Amino acid sequence: MEKERHLLVIFPHPDDEAFGVSGTIASHINNGTPVTYACLTLGEMGRNMGNPPFCNRETLPNIRRQELQNAADVLGIKDLRMLGYRDKTVEFEDQEKLISHLGSIIQEVKPSLIISFYPGYSVHPDHDATGAAVVEAVKRLPQNERPKLNLVAFAKNCVDELGKPDIINDVTEVIPTKIAAIKAHRSQTQLTVANMEEKFKQNDPQIIAWLQNERFWTYHIN
Amino acid sequence: MEPVIVEAVQKELDRLSNKEVYIHLETTNGAYATHNDESFFSSGAYIRNAKIRYEQGKITGPNPYRIGLRTEIGWVYAEGITHFEVDEKNRLLLAGHDFQGKLAVALEISETPFN
Repeated sequence: MEKERHLLVIFPHPDDEAFGVSGTIASHINNGTPVTYACLTLGEMGRNMGNPPFCNRETLPNIRRQELQNAADVLGIKDLRMLGYRDKTVEFEDQEKLISHLGSIIQEVKPSLIISFYPGYSVHPDHDATGAAVVEAVKRLPQNERPKLNLVAFAKNCVDELGKPDIINDVTEVIPTKIAAIKAHRSQTQLTVANMEEKFKQNDPQIIAWLQNERFWTYHIN
Repeated sequence: MEPVIVEAVQKELDRLSNKEVYIHLETTNGAYATHNDESFFSSGAYIRNAKIRYEQGKITGPNPYRIGLRTEIGWVYAEGITHFEVDEKNRLLLAGHDFQGKLAVALEISETPFN
């Protein structure tokens, strides 16, 4: 993994960083790279409440705020920003305002690398809207100030249309940290994580491959 | 939240009737429903902080339960309700959780606006 000056991660929901990216984040932090994580919403409309439910629609935001902080602590993220948007509404925000909000963070942090979602190939409308605003904000920077964009995509058609991901990070060394980051989002992951951890302990090849490889597409701005 | 106790929910529906209240009403399959199963048509809706007054509210069963609120010129309806709670702000929170425990429907009634 190339050494970066500063990594800026921009995702709409607490736990978006955990599944496909937390190994990369942990590796950069181990490498001495400072990381800023801007998370747009608190995942207020999440469907997982625990089983039996230990949270409800109204207590979920505060629980997820704490889980997000816990995940950031596990990964060693020192600069965590919660931007105050609401889950499921990002695509309905004033696009210009969103671009300039994210643009102002990019200009302040001056990252060498941004990780976000690939617009159009990220399934959840909040993911696509966030990725689109990030790409547009970077486009508006002078060419010599633009950070690299490594984007996450997981729509069914993403490999067919985008080609194979050009970056695959092997995060084997930090798998325990990655599992801890996933577990930090307890309300959302407790149903699946126990099963996943058990398979990992039994050396299930599919789970190991899923945990150790993190895939990104470099977005090229013309 | 705890599993619905019909008498307790009915008492709360009566307490909140005939006054100005705020409603959160939601149904959801989750944003990944079609991604996980292409044959599944995902749909959902929510309204937050609708201000209404209902003259009669009723819960009917068996579990999962249905709730209907008759307003002066219309109705509020939810089905699939399994759990309830009266929270520290005295709001009636009702939700339906599916077989995996995921929220599928929510109906919440409060005398003050939701955050």
